[in-house]
Amino acid sequence: MSIILDKVNYVYSEKTAYEIHALRDINLKIEDGEFIGVIGHTGSGKSTLIQHLNGLIKASSGGIYYNGQDIYDSDYDKKELRGKVGLVFQYPEHQLFETTVFADVCFGPKNRGLSRKESELRAYTALRSVGLPEDYWYRSPFELSGGQKRRAAIAGVLAMDPEVLILDEPTAGLDPKGRDEILDQVAKLHKERHITVILVSHSMEDVAKYVKRLIVMNRGSVLYDGTPKEVFAHYQELEEVGLAAPQVTYLMHELRMRGIPANGTATTLEEAKQSILQAFSS
Amino acid sequence: MNFIEARKLVHEYIRRDEDDNVESILTALDEVDLDVRQGEFVAVLGHNGSGKSTLAKHLNVLLAPSGGTLWVDGKDAEDADNLWEIRQNTGMVFQNPDNQIIASVVEEDVAFGPENIGVPTSEIWKRVERSLKSVGMIQYREHSPNRLSGGQKQRVAIAGVMAMEPKCIVLDEPTAMLDPNGRTEVLDAVEELNRKKGVTVILITHYMEEVVRADRVYVMDNGKVVMQGTPRAVFSQVDTLKSYRLDVPQITLLAHELQKAGLKVPQGILTRQELVEALCQLY
Repeated sequence: MSIILDKVNYVYSEKTAYEIHALRDINLKIEDGEFIGVIGHTGSGKSTLIQHLNGLIKASSGGIYYNGQDIYDSDYDKKELRGKVGLVFQYPEHQLFETTVFADVCFGPKNRGLSRKESELRAYTALRSVGLPEDYWYRSPFELSGGQKRRAAIAGVLAMDPEVLILDEPTAGLDPKGRDEILDQVAKLHKERHITVILVSHSMEDVAKYVKRLIVMNRGSVLYDGTPKEVFAHYQELEEVGLAAPQVTYLMHELRMRGIPANGTATTLEEAKQSILQAFSS
Repeated sequence: MNFIEARKLVHEYIRRDEDDNVESILTALDEVDLDVRQGEFVAVLGHNGSGKSTLAKHLNVLLAPSGGTLWVDGKDAEDADNLWEIRQNTGMVFQNPDNQIIASVVEEDVAFGPENIGVPTSEIWKRVERSLKSVGMIQYREHSPNRLSGGQKQRVAIAGVMAMEPKCIVLDEPTAMLDPNGRTEVLDAVEELNRKKGVTVILITHYMEEVVRADRVYVMDNGKVVMQGTPRAVFSQVDTLKSYRLDVPQITLLAHELQKAGLKVPQGILTRQELVEALCQLY
């Protein structure tokens, strides 16, 4: 099982004065069960890219293959694809609308034609897996806090039982604890249910901590594609495209310049700590 | 007198049923004391739902207090006669730049505020130019706002507030929707306004790194002010902050962890430079 993008191009408002080439010759292979981060400055094409993956946007040219099937085939079931590739938009809580949280999470499966019983079972599992306490399930979604609303909205996508979960900046606007809680839940889902996760983020510290593969978008092209360590080794080039490495990576380089043998490839707090302690003990 | 003085400020959100009976009361601000001097840069931290935005909305009287007193620029916020003067002197910038930009050309958007308060045309153009320069957006004056990046849009929104020539700007999570570059652009612009033009700044944020620039920090929890002091003093208390669902900058946390592991790193390290210096001295 995999998603393959073959020379995907996308142009907004093609053949008008406002033409923007948002994606240029994107070639990617996303394997089953990967945990991928996507970073890039505003307007680099991140959101356009992920909207291709569940067929919300049709490429101007090139092909996309989901589990070997061409999703642009005339007889391909796009509806099914959208159930399998779940997309959590930025500020997903703006899309909550039902009278209770539980009803809201049931909406997706019901809309796909599942029975009431099956929908409720899905909603139950989904709400459980995002860690929303049961007290909140039968309240109006509008009474919840920001972090709780966000979880309810993610549960709505999980209730579709997706094989791939795409999150577009799921932690924007949340407090630090809320950020950690959401990302820990996503990591847990990835581990326990082997869902492929694609995380779009503006936080270098977060992607360094959670993802195993990092894709850097710049002006509609893939600039880097590798482990966070490999990518953040290019910290100078990243700055040129409006990004940065995690703070600790800079710290390690600065320590090395001052003669302390710190590990320049450290990208997380834990790695930096171990490396500094080691340098001081030897 | 301080520019902003709040004493035991209370705000309650009261929910009523169809017959106007009180269903529930949520105390969003619980006897908050706040003092901000003219020209100060104050940051307000707190988890989602801690009352930060409710507090911000009092500062230009978008919300009226349920109890306590609030004086802004020497004027009582409860006196309706002072309302417009306070609002002109205390500008607000919100989280989402797209909700704050109304015109189809950048300079017209910035001109909207002063025009609305009856500033003469020639003066409006001077103010537009000055405020766009002060946020580094003058070269975009004839552009359409919808083609700008998030950080640029937010700087236009700030210029729009600056054109009203307020004494104070309140920014409610102005960088939550921006990429790292956009965040730096906006914060640099804000800091410049504060340092060079003496504008009082109140910054509400979830990014601990942004707080390092402030003169003083207030930490809110459940509608109360639970900590206040310089960023260094507040960030020295890593465990207390965590109990309020907050965090410290990554560098501060690393210094704290190293300290726990036995290295003699000083308390309250805020920046990379400080940690590098501290470690080099120990090595």
